Amino acid sequence: MAKSHKPVVWFPFAAGGTVIAFFIPVIVLLTLMTALGHVPAGLGYERMHAFAASGLGKLIIFGVVALSLWSSAHRLRCTCFDFGLRADTLVATVLYVAAIVGSLASAIFLLRI
Amino acid sequence: MSRRPLVRECPPTTWYFRQPRYLRYMSREITSIFVGAYCVLLVVGLQRLAAGPAAWEGFLQALRTPASIMFQFLALVAAVYHAATWFNATQKAMPVQIGEDFVPGSVISGAHYVAWAVLSLAILYLAGVF
Repeated sequence: MAKSHKPVVWFPFAAGGTVIAFFIPVIVLLTLMTALGHVPAGLGYERMHAFAASGLGKLIIFGVVALSLWSSAHRLRCTCFDFGLRADTLVATVLYVAAIVGSLASAIFLLRI
Repeated sequence: MSRRPLVRECPPTTWYFRQPRYLRYMSREITSIFVGAYCVLLVVGLQRLAAGPAAWEGFLQALRTPASIMFQFLALVAAVYHAATWFNATQKAMPVQIGEDFVPGSVISGAHYVAWAVLSLAILYLAGVF
């Protein structure tokens, strides 16, 4: 059977699409409330830091950020192609590398907390 | 012998203006730009959180500029649109069969909407909004 690297790209994409759909709207709502001056108590430094310092918190944050980054990178690649930017190998390389760098950076920041 | 195969003209940058459904497809594609940019904001936020209380407060302050509010508003619209279209697609992407019959698509998508609402409210509660 022919081997394909597509599942490697596709699994995080589908998982990321689901994670974005379930989590990102409410996270944007929270930061938007903060921006409008109604800072939720949970976004204060103490509570955010305590959440990110716990093992479960690190896992949740990393899962949401890394999967969302990967899914967005894959979708942006398709968007570029659909808007007529046909240098797909270049676009894919740039976006996937960006997603991997962003995920690694998130892991490093989380480990520092 | 000459043959002229049918070659459909497809302008690479303007094809989606031909059909309303192509435009709807592209309007969903565009949401990835805002969601992707927002993910970068999340990574920056993590860096600020790791840098200490002053850096985190500075990050929360920086969210309040008019440009940032505008961006977050657009990101919210994009994220909700992405979520709604994603949940509408679930009934096509993963049909559930029980015995001979398929579970109605509205039930599958509806279950996702309910789960979305419950999860969002739970997160708002945990974040201390109410």
